[in-house]
Amino acid sequence: MVSLVLVSHSRSLAEGLRDMVAQVAGDSVPIAIAGGTEDGRLGTSAPAILDAIRSVDRPEGVLVLLDLGSAALSLEMALEELTSGERERVVVSEAPLVEGAVLAGVQASLDADIATVAEAAASAASMTKLPR
Amino acid sequence: MPALASTTVFVTEGMIEAWLRLSATRLRERSRELTELDQAIGDGDHGINVDRGFTAVAAMLDGRSADPAAPAPDVAGTLKQTAQTLIRTVGGASGPLYGTFFLKASASLAGSPQPTLGDLIAALDAGAAGVATIGGGQPGDKTMLDALTPALSAARERLTSGAVDQVLAVAADAAEAGAAATIPMQARKGRASYLGERSIGHQDPGATSSAILLRALADSFQG
Repeated sequence: MVSLVLVSHSRSLAEGLRDMVAQVAGDSVPIAIAGGTEDGRLGTSAPAILDAIRSVDRPEGVLVLLDLGSAALSLEMALEELTSGERERVVVSEAPLVEGAVLAGVQASLDADIATVAEAAASAASMTKLPR
Repeated sequence: MPALASTTVFVTEGMIEAWLRLSATRLRERSRELTELDQAIGDGDHGINVDRGFTAVAAMLDGRSADPAAPAPDVAGTLKQTAQTLIRTVGGASGPLYGTFFLKASASLAGSPQPTLGDLIAALDAGAAGVATIGGGQPGDKTMLDALTPALSAARERLTSGAVDQVLAVAADAAEAGAAATIPMQARKGRASYLGERSIGHQDPGATSSAILLRALADSFQG
């Protein structure tokens, strides 16, 4: 099963989002989070992201979703630390974090492959919120 | 006295340590100013973040020198430990960016037990190239590179002309001018880019901290 890594500046946001995804995707989808700095401030940490990715590394693949600003830079550093074998299994999503994680979680729970899970996350960018 | 050839000026580990310690002091002194610049166009944590990071670097240097079992550090090793400390402690964008800067500089000096001033400039160049790669930026985007790039090109030019004195002072001057030149720029990278035209009229905090680092380099090597 594809696993998810949620990267946010805020530990609370990452933890809360993990709960939201588990609610719709069930407990079977492996989800790791990297939220905040090592000392509990708002921010991102390359070592924390690296640990999160490795903790849910699966042959089926790992989809990483992230929030804004330095999250991308820290992720970039973490990806550089991966072996080429590990790196091949990781896909980084451009999706908005919350909606993307929920949609990806649902697809992952259906045992979809990494491309399908990533596509579901990406579709979040054009999702409407209010009823039309 | 005739100018010495650039290759005869060696950079010791002690000089690098002095630079890092002076940088920590200067960034602390100017932390509030950096944070105010970042409040204008970013998320307002740049001063706090670089202060925290370089305070941790100074603590790392202290801890190392208090440990009699620690192996004698070399220039590349110290730069690498600096990178690792910044990556672990900063949290904001400046962590991965300055982390990459020092990491690539370190890699460039690996295998040079006795680097020259020219080697150091080349290493800092490699560091700036790493920043451009990871951040996807270039000069003119209102970033650290607007201080680093003109500084290192001024240093290279001065080295090529054979005048090693003032190489670092010339670099620091160019970095400060580069940082000031970010004021009319519109940000195209980082949190400030979300502001669009509203980012115009403010000096970039990252370029400012880079200029502080390069001035500290010039001052610590002289003194």
